[in-house]
Amino acid sequence: MTEQGVRWTADQVLALAPDAASRKAGSKLAVAGPWSGTGSAEGTVWGLCKGSGSKPYQTVVDLADAAGPAYKCTCPSRKFPCKHALGLLLLWAGDDGAVPVAARPPEWAGQWLAGRRGRAETRRARDGAGPAAAPADPEAARRRAERRAERVTAGASELEQRLADLLRSGLAAAEHAGYGLWDETAARMVDAQAPGLAARVRELGAIPASGPGWPARLLEECALLHLLNQGWLHRDRLPDGLAATVRSRLGLPATPDGPPLRDRWLVLAQYDSVDPKLTTRRIWLHGAESGGTRLLLSYGAAGRAPELSLPVGLALEAELTAYPGSGRSRAALGERFAPPAPAAFRPPGVSTAEAASRYGEALRDDPWLDAVPVTLDRVTPVPDGDGWQLADADTDTALPVTRAARSRPGLWRLVALSGGAPVTVFGECGHRGFTPLTAWAEGEGEAVPLC
Amino acid sequence: MMNGTPPGGGTRADGEAGDPVGSRGSSARTGHPSADSSANPLQAPAASPTAAAPSPPATAPSWEDLVTTALLGTDRRAPAHVVPGRPAPVALLDAAAVATVRRRAGLRPARAARRPGPAPADPRPALPAPAARRLSVLLADRSGGAAGGRRGGSPDLMELLPQWLAAANAHGYAAPPQLLPALLDAARGRTDLRPAALAFAGPRALWLARLNPDWRFALRAAPGGGAALPDPADAEAVRRLWQEGLFAERAALLGALRVRTPGLGRDLLASTWATERAEDRLMFLDSLRTGLSDADEPFLEQALGDRSRNVRATAAELLSALPGSALAARMAVRASACVALDRTGSAPAIAVEAPLECDAAMERDGVVAAPPAGRGERSWWLGQLVEAAPLGIWPGRLGGRTPQEIVALPVADGWQGELHAAWCRAAVRQRDAGWSRALLGSPSAPEAGGPGAVSLAERAKLLAALDPAERAVWVAGFIATHGLSEAFQLLGVCAVPWAPPLGQAVVDALNIARDAGSYPWSFSGVMGLAERCLDPAEAVRLEGLLAVPDEREDAAPGAGGYWAEAFQRLVTTLRLRAAMTRELSPPAPATPPPGTPAHPPETPSPSREAAA
Repeated sequence: MTEQGVRWTADQVLALAPDAASRKAGSKLAVAGPWSGTGSAEGTVWGLCKGSGSKPYQTVVDLADAAGPAYKCTCPSRKFPCKHALGLLLLWAGDDGAVPVAARPPEWAGQWLAGRRGRAETRRARDGAGPAAAPADPEAARRRAERRAERVTAGASELEQRLADLLRSGLAAAEHAGYGLWDETAARMVDAQAPGLAARVRELGAIPASGPGWPARLLEECALLHLLNQGWLHRDRLPDGLAATVRSRLGLPATPDGPPLRDRWLVLAQYDSVDPKLTTRRIWLHGAESGGTRLLLSYGAAGRAPELSLPVGLALEAELTAYPGSGRSRAALGERFAPPAPAAFRPPGVSTAEAASRYGEALRDDPWLDAVPVTLDRVTPVPDGDGWQLADADTDTALPVTRAARSRPGLWRLVALSGGAPVTVFGECGHRGFTPLTAWAEGEGEAVPLC
Repeated sequence: MMNGTPPGGGTRADGEAGDPVGSRGSSARTGHPSADSSANPLQAPAASPTAAAPSPPATAPSWEDLVTTALLGTDRRAPAHVVPGRPAPVALLDAAAVATVRRRAGLRPARAARRPGPAPADPRPALPAPAARRLSVLLADRSGGAAGGRRGGSPDLMELLPQWLAAANAHGYAAPPQLLPALLDAARGRTDLRPAALAFAGPRALWLARLNPDWRFALRAAPGGGAALPDPADAEAVRRLWQEGLFAERAALLGALRVRTPGLGRDLLASTWATERAEDRLMFLDSLRTGLSDADEPFLEQALGDRSRNVRATAAELLSALPGSALAARMAVRASACVALDRTGSAPAIAVEAPLECDAAMERDGVVAAPPAGRGERSWWLGQLVEAAPLGIWPGRLGGRTPQEIVALPVADGWQGELHAAWCRAAVRQRDAGWSRALLGSPSAPEAGGPGAVSLAERAKLLAALDPAERAVWVAGFIATHGLSEAFQLLGVCAVPWAPPLGQAVVDALNIARDAGSYPWSFSGVMGLAERCLDPAEAVRLEGLLAVPDEREDAAPGAGGYWAEAFQRLVTTLRLRAAMTRELSPPAPATPPPGTPAHPPETPSPSREAAA
């Protein structure tokens, strides 16, 4: 076990919260009042929190595990971590003597810790011993994959037919068809087990109502969908990397198979996109040594936060494994060697012209790509009519801020942080413009999340 | 791979589809189909003329052509570009895919728009990191307050924001720039927060407010509507703004002038007085309250002859607040004629002879002739005369007695209520501590709690004339005798944090209320005040109250648990406030030892909390 003398910052703790409500509830409990019997030792924090009942809740947090903190609380909350765990960690992070360092945890906390660490040991031993469990029956798995490929092929062919019909009768007709037409087609694609196609089809339905210029946008998206169908139907003639990209764009399952890359990964941004069924969390990481930018995706079922949470501005020593597909930045988080710690470095930035050309180059490997991660160095937010730009401080070029990012409060945080002076901004740069995600003021200063 | 064979391969489109990707580095980088800028304004291709000049390869149809064909349908409009052996719609999609990827791959940055000037520098020191985190937590709680009905044991963070801002301003910290939007949003929703929030937000917030219409209030609230007010020394600029400005700008100008150079403001007002509308005259006259002095008397005296009755009344009220004014002297003569010492009885008493008429001169001096419904006109006139007369005349008029002795004198014929109430209004208007003390009497006197001559609201106003320590002791005594039910208004005028005797009295009274078996929400107003105003050092004394007491037979069911919860919240909030002030105190090495002259001699009240 490593020396756990380093206390976390409140920001690090708050980044663990599953949602905003927990963040708030946890903050309120971050005062000595309701707590008693608190202590910390060897990467463990514990305490008793007075709740509404007569018996206080017993809260323990194990921070020593490099795989991420583990929590235990006797409260009935189904949030994970619960507000008591967050409040306790905040109290500990506050470092004002409310959570003293103790020799050893009390009996009730020690039992859980011993059990947990024992299980972790056996798991590690087991993982080290045997190879990953192979599918029970490789032949059956192969047959399943074949059946799925046939279905996807049928789906892609059907979609090609529908696109051709649409172009034959004209997009003008689609304006009146509304969502119904597309929803039905999307449902067909779900049946064909091609969720990637289904999602794209569903998005087509929203374009006719998206304002002036919609025919051109609809044609663009139809054309890219056509390109994807063709890619699948002729996948045997594509290079391996591109074929893998097509597979993943279609939504076929893939497992990370690249060589593990160990680095100090700086957490650049973390944001969730919520739809009624699924919460998708995107975490962008930047490797201090490798210089690469990687994306971690994690999912939560409707209304629940994804489990993985990394605080922006910290760096963690870990291994990442890339998913297949050329030009795709997605990776899976492997072994973590140390918990996230404050990082003194920032990602190196580029000019707006360089950012635009990076997107262009990335399209070579993945023509369906909407945006690439880029850090802009020395840019200033500039109002431009109804919208905003990020303008190079030293040249007269600028990237427009995407329409979606314009309405987010983060844009104003960026403008306020800049105050008309150049800042460093990490974000996603694509054909819709630039979406700012994190910013750093010139000179000293922490990363300011914008999303 | 480097050649980037596109996945559309295998068909006739093969060679073409390869184009956008393959040629990305060369012609595609400059070749923008010109339709794009209108189709996707955000993509904003470079506006340089070279960007649009090179035409796409001769074989490819133009993007506009593709869109038109797609819109109408290939059945209606034959594509310009036919591929043998490939159905027309499919060929169209092939070509559109090529064009789309080519266009996206060739995007270049746009030309930068006109940059806003940099925000003015904020020379104040940066907020300590823990305090900055605290602020973001307080601001994040903004929307959550009304969500749940019962508050449970956790503190109401939004209620602590005003205190936090006051403390931060007392230390003179600069706001963290990234928190300015949340701060402005909070101030937008709560007007009471605005002065402190904007002072803390500093110059960058005004710079920001010019960019976002939602925050325009910040510009209005700032002196001169955000535009710099002219320097008072620049007479020409001041005169021009006064004569040409909008009402709000003029009001702001007058207000600002009255703070530093009241005479200048008055002269400015007098210069245009005759041409102002009645409503404006009333508003402007009211702003003379700031910096009111004997020098304003001639102008006010003249305003007594104003056409508008409200203007006349305001002028008279202002004049009566100047005990040396001619109006005050006239009122003194009239009031003295009505109130006299009657020595004929066994003990001296006050005899009152209310005025018999309200003549034109009285009306000119602001006396309202017609009483409200249900009041006799003579007592109505008397009240107004005594209220407007300088209190200094009474000891001389009533046998050299002190205010205490005068208030203790019996009043003949049931005039006591009327007379004492008028004296109260006079003491408030003239901010006379001696008379206020006399009229308040002893806090433990039985009539202080009941409906006496002085209403609770008036008593609160009288208290405001006393110095803070004396005020706290009086209210503490009042609570000790009469309990908390009447104390809310009085507590509101006490200095924060509450002085030890007052804090002790409130805690004791809450303890008694709990033991009496009622529910804590009967005292939620006082509880809320205590959370905000009690000295955090009192938290120690509250520890004993956190336990759930045994339920008594006569107590309201479950009350004990709710009381424990309410005290829990009180203690938690006090600790939070202590933490807040601790976080705001500057890092240890930077603090000069106490008593160093470098330190501001008068520490504002919020930072006194830090010392506790």
